[in-house]
Amino acid sequence: MSCACKNPFNHDLATENTPMVNVQIDGEWVQVPKGMNIVAAAERFSKFIPHYCYHPKLSVVGNCRMCLVEMGTPKMDANRQPILAADGKPEIGWMPRPQIGCATQVSEGMGIRTNSPLVQECRKGVMEFLLINHPLDCPICDQAGECKLQEYSFEHGQSNSRFIEEKVTKPKNVDIGERIVLDDERCIMCSRCIRFSKEFAQDDVLGFTQRGSHTTLAVYPGKRLDNNYSLNTVDICPVGALTSKDFRFKMRVWFLKETKSICTGCSTGCNVLIGSRESEVHRLTPRENEEVNSLWMCDQGRLGFHEIHDENRLTTPLIHGVKSDWNTAITQLAHQLQGFKPEQIAIIASARMTNEELFLLSGLRKALGGESILCDIISRTGVADGILRSADLNPNTHGAQLLGIANSGKLEEIRSGVTKGSIQALLIFNETPGEAGISLESLKKTALVVNLGMRLNGLAHYNLPSSSFAEKRGTMINGKGRLQRLNRALSAPGQSRDDWEIIRDLKAAVGGGNGIHTVEEAFKAMANVVPAFKDLTIHKVGDLGIDLTLSNSLV
Amino acid sequence: MSCEVKVSKEFESKVDETITHYPVSKRSASLPLLHLWQEEFGYVSNQGVEWIAAKLDLQPINVYELVTFYPMFREQPAGKIQFRVCRTLSCALAGGYELFDHLKKNCKIEGDGHHGPAVSPEGKYSIEFVECLASCGTGPVLMVNDDFYEQVSNDKANELVKKYG
Repeated sequence: MSCACKNPFNHDLATENTPMVNVQIDGEWVQVPKGMNIVAAAERFSKFIPHYCYHPKLSVVGNCRMCLVEMGTPKMDANRQPILAADGKPEIGWMPRPQIGCATQVSEGMGIRTNSPLVQECRKGVMEFLLINHPLDCPICDQAGECKLQEYSFEHGQSNSRFIEEKVTKPKNVDIGERIVLDDERCIMCSRCIRFSKEFAQDDVLGFTQRGSHTTLAVYPGKRLDNNYSLNTVDICPVGALTSKDFRFKMRVWFLKETKSICTGCSTGCNVLIGSRESEVHRLTPRENEEVNSLWMCDQGRLGFHEIHDENRLTTPLIHGVKSDWNTAITQLAHQLQGFKPEQIAIIASARMTNEELFLLSGLRKALGGESILCDIISRTGVADGILRSADLNPNTHGAQLLGIANSGKLEEIRSGVTKGSIQALLIFNETPGEAGISLESLKKTALVVNLGMRLNGLAHYNLPSSSFAEKRGTMINGKGRLQRLNRALSAPGQSRDDWEIIRDLKAAVGGGNGIHTVEEAFKAMANVVPAFKDLTIHKVGDLGIDLTLSNSLV
Repeated sequence: MSCEVKVSKEFESKVDETITHYPVSKRSASLPLLHLWQEEFGYVSNQGVEWIAAKLDLQPINVYELVTFYPMFREQPAGKIQFRVCRTLSCALAGGYELFDHLKKNCKIEGDGHHGPAVSPEGKYSIEFVECLASCGTGPVLMVNDDFYEQVSNDKANELVKKYG
C-alpha cells in the first residue's frame, strides 16, 4: 500500500510483495512482513510497545529508549539449520540484554517479548530518567490529557520520585515561530519535530544545541519555524514542549468532542478531527488517511475554522435588511423569483458547497426554469506546494462540475448580464459578489439579490444565514476524485440553517416538495440520477472516503 | 556583536582543499572547517556557521549544533592571551582552581570561565577551564596560547602574565 502523500518513510506500511516471516510475539507465532520494525510489527497484533521518538513516518533515530523489548533469534545447529522444539517451531536463543524495537527489523524465526519483567523494568527506568528534569506542570500544560509522558507514567512509571537534586533549568516560553511556542524544559529530546521539519516539511531549521545535560531544542538564530506545516510538530510532540499559539491555554483537551470530517481549505480534502466543545470549535487536527493526507495537514487549513465564530456572522434571515423568519423569507422569496423569466435569473454557487447542496441547487434551478438560468461557481487558484496543498482552493470542484453547477465561462456571462441589466435576479450561494467580479453599482441596479451564506451582504434583498463546514453533514469530491464525508460537530448559531434545508425549502416553495427530509435522502436522490454515485450511500462513504475514479464513471 | 569578516581567497582554497578529503559525504568536513575558521578568525561567529553550512550544502542549524556541543569552539572572541587551566582531578588537587582564581584576579577578568572563556574587559586576557592536559604528575598545569607550562605556582603565573603581556 502506498501513501498518496509523500512521506519520507512509511515504517508501518509494507510494500507490496514483501515476503512474510514467522515471528514469535509474546509466545505466539505470527506472520509479519519481513524487515518491518518490531514496534510496527507488534502493533499489527495489538501489542503496543510504548515509544516517544519513533514515528512511523519519520526516520528512526532510537534515542528515547522507551521501546526496549527482549528479542531472540533461532538457535542454529552445526549445519546452520534452526533447532526445532517439540512443537516443530524454532527454539529461540534469547539475547541477555534488551533491544530497541524501533530500530530492530523482524527476521525469520525471531522471538519478541513485549511485556516481560525485564521489559517492564526497562520502561520504569526510562520513565524515571525522563521525569528527572521534566517540570511536571501538568495542571497548566496544554498537552495534559494527550501527553505520552503522562500516559506512560501512568502505565509504566512509579509513584514516588527518588530525585533530590536540582532540576536543570532551560528556556521557557520561547517564540520559535509564527504559530509555535516552545517550552524547552518540557522537551524530552525525542527529535520528532526536528526530523519532521527536515524530512517532511523540507525546512531544516530546528536542532539540538548545547548537547549534554543542557540539550536545548532551538531554531538557528535569526530563523523561524514558520513553514506551512509547522503545527504538525505540535501534534507529533509527545509532550507539551511545542504548543500551538492558537490553541494554547484555550481548552483542556478532554473536554473536546472530536468529530471526523474533512478540511475544506483546498481540493486535497485532508481528513481532520474537529475538536469542539458545546458551540465552539477549538481546533482542527489531522486524521489519518493514507489515501489523502497520511497524518498531516497544512497550517492554513488547520487555522481556517475561525470564520465560524466571526462575531459579525449572519445568524438571522434578513429581508431588505430587516430581521425576519424563515417561513416569511422563503415564501416571499419564492414568490418574487417566480416573477422573473429564466433568462433574467442567474446563480453563482460555490464549489465549497457539498454535493447534496449542489444537487438540490440544481433541482431549484430546474424548478425556476432549467438550463436557461445561467449558473456557475467561482474558481479559486492558488499554488500547489507539492506536499499537501492543491492549486485548486475549492474543496468540491469535481462535485460542482459533476452536478452541472460549474459551467465554465458562464460566470463571465453572468457578470456582463448583471452589468448590462439583462439579469435581474441574482442568487449568490456562499460567495461574495466582489469575488465574482461584480461591481457594487451593477449590483445596486439588480432587482433581486439573494445572499445565502455566513456573511451579510449589505446590498442583498434577502440574506439567508447558512452553515459552516463544521456544522453540516454531506459529501465532497476532492481533487483526486475521492468522495469524502463532512460530519456535523456543532449546530449552527442563531437561526442559521443547513444550506441543503434552505435550498430544499426554497425549491419546494417554487416548484413543490421532493420528499427529502435528511441529508441521507438528498444523497440517495442524487445517487439515483448521477451515475458517479450509483449504488452509494453516505453511510458507505465511510470515514475514509471512496475513490470514485476506481469504480465509477468519474474521470 | 559579531562583525562581518572578509573571507580571503587563500582561506577559501584551503577550505575547498579540505573538503576534498571527504569524498563520500561533504558533511564530514564540518568539524575540520570549523577548526579552520576558528584558527583564522579567532572564534566561530554566525557568519562562520552560515558560510560553512553553505559550503557543505547544509542548513546553518546543522553546523550550529556542533559549535554549541564542542567546548573548544568559541562563539565569542577570546582574549589575545589565552589561559587554559586544567581542572581535572590531579590538577584540581594540586591547586588548579586556586591558580585559576589567581590569574582571574591578576588579569581583572570577570565571569566564571566554566563554559567557554571569560574575557577581561579590554579584551587582552581570557581564561577558561579545560580538561586533562596529560601531565598529571606535574600539576597544576596550564596552557598560555599554544605553550604548555607545568607546576605553575602563583609567582610563576605572575611571570607568565608579564612575559606574554
